[in-house]
Parts: sequence; C-alpha cells; structure tokens
Amino acid sequence: MACYNWKRLHKSFREIVLSPLRDGILIPLTQMKGTPMKVTKRSWLGIAAVTVAALSAATLTGCSSPASSGSDLTKSGNSTLTLWVDTQRAPALKTVAAQFKKDTGVTVKLVVKDFATVDQDFISQVPTGKGPDMIVSPHDKLGAYVKNGVVAPLELGDKAAAFAKVAVQAVTYDGTVYGLPYSIENVALLRNTALAPKVATTFDGVIANGKAAVAANSATVKYPFLLGLDPKQGDPYHMYPFQTSFGSSVFAQNSDGTYDPSKLTLGDDAGLKFAAAVKQWGVDGILNPNITGDIAIDAFKKGESAYYLTGPWNVPAIKDAGIKYAIDALPSAGGQEAKPFLGVNAFFISAKSTNKIAATKFLVDYLGTDAVQEELYKVGGRPPALTSAYDTIAKTDADVKSFGDIGLTGVPMPAIPEMASVWADWGSAELQLIKGDGEPTSVWTTATTNVAAKIKG
Amino acid sequence: MTALLVKIVLLGILDALAVYALFIMLGLHQWVPLAATVLITGLVNWIYLGRGKRLPAKYLTPGVIFLLIFQVFVVLFSGYIAFTNYSDGHNSTKEDAVSSIIQVAEKRVADSPAYQLTILDNGGAYSFLVTDPDGAVKIGSADQPLKVVPNATLDSTGKAIGLNGYTTLNLSQILANQSAITAVRVPLSDDPSAGALHTDDASAAYVYRSDLQYDAKADTFADSNNVVYVNSGRGSFATADGAKTLSPGWKVDVGIDNFVKAFTNQQLSGPLWRVILWTFTFAILSVLTTFALGLFLAIVLNHPRLRGKKFYRVLVILPYAFPAFLSGLVWAGLLNPQFGFVNQVIFGGAHIPWLTDPMLARFSVLLVNLWLGYPYMFLVCTGALQSLPEELEEAARVDGANPWRVFRSIKLPLLLVSVAPLLIASFAFNFNNFNVIYMLTKGWPRFTDTTFDIGSTDLLITMVYKVAFGQGGARDYGLASALSILIFILVAAISIIAFRRTKALEEIN
Repeated sequence: MACYNWKRLHKSFREIVLSPLRDGILIPLTQMKGTPMKVTKRSWLGIAAVTVAALSAATLTGCSSPASSGSDLTKSGNSTLTLWVDTQRAPALKTVAAQFKKDTGVTVKLVVKDFATVDQDFISQVPTGKGPDMIVSPHDKLGAYVKNGVVAPLELGDKAAAFAKVAVQAVTYDGTVYGLPYSIENVALLRNTALAPKVATTFDGVIANGKAAVAANSATVKYPFLLGLDPKQGDPYHMYPFQTSFGSSVFAQNSDGTYDPSKLTLGDDAGLKFAAAVKQWGVDGILNPNITGDIAIDAFKKGESAYYLTGPWNVPAIKDAGIKYAIDALPSAGGQEAKPFLGVNAFFISAKSTNKIAATKFLVDYLGTDAVQEELYKVGGRPPALTSAYDTIAKTDADVKSFGDIGLTGVPMPAIPEMASVWADWGSAELQLIKGDGEPTSVWTTATTNVAAKIKG
Repeated sequence: MTALLVKIVLLGILDALAVYALFIMLGLHQWVPLAATVLITGLVNWIYLGRGKRLPAKYLTPGVIFLLIFQVFVVLFSGYIAFTNYSDGHNSTKEDAVSSIIQVAEKRVADSPAYQLTILDNGGAYSFLVTDPDGAVKIGSADQPLKVVPNATLDSTGKAIGLNGYTTLNLSQILANQSAITAVRVPLSDDPSAGALHTDDASAAYVYRSDLQYDAKADTFADSNNVVYVNSGRGSFATADGAKTLSPGWKVDVGIDNFVKAFTNQQLSGPLWRVILWTFTFAILSVLTTFALGLFLAIVLNHPRLRGKKFYRVLVILPYAFPAFLSGLVWAGLLNPQFGFVNQVIFGGAHIPWLTDPMLARFSVLLVNLWLGYPYMFLVCTGALQSLPEELEEAARVDGANPWRVFRSIKLPLLLVSVAPLLIASFAFNFNNFNVIYMLTKGWPRFTDTTFDIGSTDLLITMVYKVAFGQGGARDYGLASALSILIFILVAAISIIAFRRTKALEEIN
C-alpha cells in the first residue's frame, strides 16, 4: 500500500470528515438525552456500515502519519529515493544505501526489475509520476530516454576527470552529461593456450592457427574459430570489431566522440568490403549462423575450438571448466585497428524526480567512489569506469586488465535513438551473407537503404 | 446474524476504500473517476442494503463490475489510444514536454569554473553564497545578480559558509526543499546572455546558458539564431516549414491517422496485407489439421476392442501438458539447421533451414502448432464420440452402411453439433496465437522490402506486439492499438458468421 505523499490528504480527511462527524453528529447525539431515537434494524445496518467505513478509512490514511511527524524532510518531496536495479547488482548496493541513510537520513529503496525491459518501463512510467528517482541502465538506451524526456542531466563537475574518458563520452548525449558510469565492457578474443600457444597478429593468422588446431586434434577440436550468433537475427555487436578493422562504422563520429545521426556510414566502400569478407567467412565456414551463444560457449568449454570471441561475462564459466586461456585483442582482418563496441553501464536520474539534490549526491558522492565501484565489479566481473578503482582491480585481476586494455581501443556503442532503427536490418544483412545468400554489395546496400528510410521515419 | 455481520464488515471496508479513493482523486482533481466511484459505490450499497426485488442484482453485481473494469474499460481505453499519437517521443503531457525541452536546452558553459556553494535562506527566499576558484566570495539570488560580498564567514579551506543576516541551510533543510533549490537560477550579471548559476547537488554551482527561450504566451520556442519553433498541432514544436522538430513531443489526438497509416504507408500496407493473409491461413489450417488428427486419434483410440486405451490416451495428451511458450523454445532448438535433433537424427545431418526459409518456416510453425494443438481436439472429440448413442451406429450397420459411410453421414454431423462452437473458439485462439509464433520464429524470417520488423510467419498479434513494444525502431502504441482494433473486428465478424452457420447444424437433431 503506497502511503507516502498523501499526508496532506490525511490532514484534509481529518478536517473535512472526522471533525464534522464528531462535532455535527456524535456530540449532538450524546446531547440528545430527552428524545430517544427510534432505531430500526435497517438504520442500524447503515450506521454500522458508516462506522466501519470511518474506522477503516482512518486506519488507512493513518498509515503514513507516524513517519512524517516531527520531520520536515517530506515537505517538498519524499525522504525516500527509489532506484531500479537488477537482481545481480542489488546486493552490491545495500551497504552504500545504508551509509547514505546514516549520513543524510534519506532512505534509498532498491527495487529489483527485469534488466531486459527496464528501459521500456522507465520510459513509460516516468511520465505518470510513478517512475523511480534513479535507474541502472546500459548507456545505449540514453538516446531513447532523452528523446522521451524522461532523464535529467547530471553535472559530474570536476569528478568527470576521474572516470575513463570513453565512459563519460558514452553517457554524454548532444553535449550534455546524463549519467554516472560504473562499468565498461567489450568483447575480446579468448585463446585456448593449449591449442594455440602463440598470439596471432592478423585474423588470417588466427584462422590458420585455428585450422591447424583442428587438423592436429581432429577427434576433439571441431571449429577453427567460435562466435556466438543468433540464427535469426545475426549479431552485429560481436561482429563490430571485424567491421571496424575494414574502416567501416555505423555512424560518423564527431570530434568529441559522439555520433552524428545524419551521417550513416554503414553503406560506404569500407562497409561493402566488409560485407564481401563476411560472405567469404560464411562460405569458408569460419562463421556459422547455426552456432548460437549457448552452443559457442559450450564448445569452447569442451576445448572444441582454439578461439572464441566473447566478453568478460563468459569468462567465469570458462575458468570453471578448467580451460587454460589467454585474452588477446582481436587482430585486424581488414588492415585497420579492430575496435570493439564499448558498453557502459551507468546510473541515471529521472526527469520527474522530486529529490534531485539527494539523488545527485547519492550518485556522484556515493556511487562514484572506489569502494562502491569495486563492490559492483565483484558481482559482475566488469571493469569499473572509475579510473582509480580500475587501477586497483587491474593489479590483482589479470582478466579485467586484459579486457580493460583492449577496451581502450574501442568505440562507445552509439546512444542516439536512431540506433534502434539500425540493429535489425544490419543483423539480418550480416546473417544473410554468412549463410551465403545473395551478392554482398546488393545485400549490404539494401540493408543500408532500409536503415536510412527507417531513420527518416 | 453472522451473515449480516459479514455483510456489514465487507460493505464497510468497500465504502472505506471508496471514501479513501475519493479523497485521493479530489486531491488530484480527477473528476470523472470520482463521479464514477461515487455512483458505483452508491449503487452497490443500495443493492446490498435492500431486499426483495434487488435479489438478482446481488448475484450479478460483482461480475458486472469486474467485467466493466477488466474488459470494457480496457477495450475502450485501447480504442481511445488508437486515435492518439501515443508513441516513443510522444509519451506524456505537453507540460512535461515543455519542461523537458527547457531542462535539456540549458547547457553548462564550456570550460566555466565550478563555484563552491552554500545555500542561504533570507526569509523564505534562497540565496547562493558562492566561492569561485580564485577564492572570491559572491552572493546572488533569483532576482539579484551575483555580486561580491565582503565579510562572509569562511571555513578553513577558504569556502564561504555563512553571512550576517542570512541563515545557512543544513543538509536536512536542503533536502526538505530540493525542488525549490534546484529551480533557482542566479544570473551572473544584468546581461542575461552571460548565463546563470544553477545547482543539482547544493554543494557546487555551475554556469549554464540556455539555447532555447520559451515564450509561454505565444507558445513558441526560439533559439539563439532566432529560429522559431511553433506548436505544430501534431504534438510537437516544429519550425514553420516542419524541417526541424524539438523533442520530446507530447500526446495528442490525431483522429483516424493511425488507421490511414496502416493501409497507406508504403512500408506498412504491403506487408500488412501479407500478414493478414497468413494469419487467416495459419488460423484455418491450424484448426483443420489439429481437428483432423485429434478426431482420427479419438476414433482409433475409442475402438471397443483396443487394449491399453488409457495408456495410449495419456501418451497422446502429453504435449497438452507443456506450456506453449516452452514448447516453442524447445522446438526452436530441435529445428536448428545444423545442430537440431530433427536434421541430425531424422534427416541424417542434412541442413534443412526449417525456421529461416520463408515457406519452410511457415510449414514448421504449422507443424509445431499441430503438435501442440491436437491433444485438445483429441480430448474434445473423445468426449463427444462417447456421448453419441451406440444404437445409431448399430442401426446404420443393419441397414448395410460401411464404416466410412457411418462416419460421414452419422458420426461427423452429430459430432459437429457439439464441437463446432469449440472449433470457432479454436480459430479465434489461433488467430491470436502469440506464443507459438513468437517463441519459435519471432515472426521471422524478415521481409526484405520493409523497414518494419515484420516477417513471413508474423501473425497480426505478433506484429502488433512488435509495433508496440518491439526492439527495432520506435514503439508506436497508437498504431498498435489501431491494429488491434482491426484484429478485433476481423475475429468478431468471423465468429458471428460462423456461429450463425452452426445453428444450421443444430437443426439436424
């Protein structure tokens, strides 16, 4: 039962209903000594019902009153901050929430939500006034938040310099910073050191090593290279380092690292070269559309491949399976540097929060600290966005350091809302090519035209 | 007596909730729901406190109220949404949109310094006492530009923390007045273009300047280059030629635009007709195939001389015990072209693209739905068959009819009398069979000639879902509602026609 925010109503209820009830009915009733009222069964029923009603209503409205008495915290807002968070991160935030309560008297309520749909809930619930004060979200949803007017700018001030530059870039939209970043994630090439002891310098070298491993252990090793794909929609996210190594990108980047939605670069010459290469990899069986993410990690855990392109989230399972691995940057396939997409997880404040000062304090002064960022690293294994926390962890965790160093070469995933129009066509074009259907130039150009039409609306 | 007591308590609780709700609605100025609540609560009290003639109403009321809330209201609300532009970028009120545009337009002046801030209270008005990076102390308020102030109290770091004649706010006072404090803008000087100080955390203030000025009277925004954005009447601020639009917009009524869009938008209308055609094909074929298989198995397993009937029946009903969405996911794995059980074991390692070739995907969907749906038909037909009098069959045999003739002319017509309404229900269910499609193929493989995320196996309902909540592109609740009204009309029309026809069947008796 949501009792908060209704103190005023409670007061008016007392003034408008309870007092007149007392002054106008109960007191006169007690004073009417001389004239006994004729009370029928029917009117008893009515009186009883009214009494029960009054009592229950008083109880209901009363549920908020003890908390508010003697405190002026609630005058213009709530003394509670609500934060939408997922199950994994919630435990890591309990300590800092308790500390915040102790320091400021403001309770931070952690509400666990499904991470996959939290962005949609946020967009639809903030306008109703029922949304949270804060939310944890991947940065690529930021564009949609801004477009819907549900997120408030966050001034990091001097603290901005304490975060990795790409992380701040990722939570910046149209020149304004909106979020407090806490982790950076990207894909890298995992190498089974028993099967491929040496680092390859080109992607062709990777394939050669991978094939050599298959040839040498044909009984157990089945695939030269693994990449989890969705057999229905492809996976442009994992494919992006390949694409950038051909010099191709989705949108052109401005000088400050943000993307320009008016410049769709997907279909340029570099993109077409990449498309041709994708088809060739499909024909050669390097990329296989039927290998889903589940099949890929399972195969790598069983030692069925020397190479696996994946992110830090899959490393613990591989470690548990007893595979000896090394983490390399994906070598270039097209001649230029292979830049993976960077995903930044960040905390954002709702545009309709009535607790902006408390929320800003909690994010910047409490969540933007080494202790909290390290705590969050412990539950997710993702490199922290706060540079000092990252440095501390990188000293003890070699995997985080490897992923983090490779991430330095990466580019943030575009947060512009136009990106939502890109994924589907982009993925199905890649998938079509991997399957060997169609001519690369026409498939790629059709997809680009579709994307451009979608962006135009 | 107990019954009376229970009645009093329950009615009392209901009235209490109603009274409580009234006060909340009063506070929020929600007049229509308020009137409705008064009316309904009054009616309920009147019905249950009376006796005699009101008896039937006592039984009907709860059902009718729930019907109104959970069916009628939802239908009407969807209907209303279909006539608005409710979508991504138009998801709130104009008031929200304006405040959001203003908020976002305000940007921190590049490379401007951070001012250390103390908030002072001067009889209800807030002043900013700031210390700039050079150590100079200044004071200002919303209507008093920043000016240097001498004799402020400094702390050990040189930050000004107090001033004579003003009260310094402590943290809990600040937190109690957050909205008022974040709303304060302290001009740097008399020249408004110099920018204004503003704080989000009450410990530091920064200089902001706004790119856009809102003119509330004219209801327009103007930017620094004097480009004017006017209310376009379509739920957004746009330049007069419509070239540039400010976001976000807000929700407005757009009449029948969504319906027009569904049939005239080039990206949508072609695929929409294909989807409608496939939806009918899927629903009709699903009913026919499941009914045929279910009936066949029912007849076979109903044979008097068959042994172990119960065992077989349990086996046949098993697929019915699985949740449909789970089956969809399992089948998606089984039908994987390279690693799926079907290709590996049954087709000896052939790479048949069950779910990725348009026609094969449609076939696979029908096949999986047959697997999911025949147990229901089997159950229904078994029940109906067992209720047919055996004398009829014996009489026909005596007259020399062969088993096929008995089935064609006697059993099937009698069966249809009781089963036909269920077939219509099954049609309506399959017309909206979201689970199978979404879990098995997600509606893909995609059409290549449209920018919408629509594919060969999409039913109208999955298409509606994708338009409303899909990942690819903006979510458009208005359009989705319009499409769901279309579904409603189609299903209702077919059901009415079909039920009329079944009356003819009943005349056989």
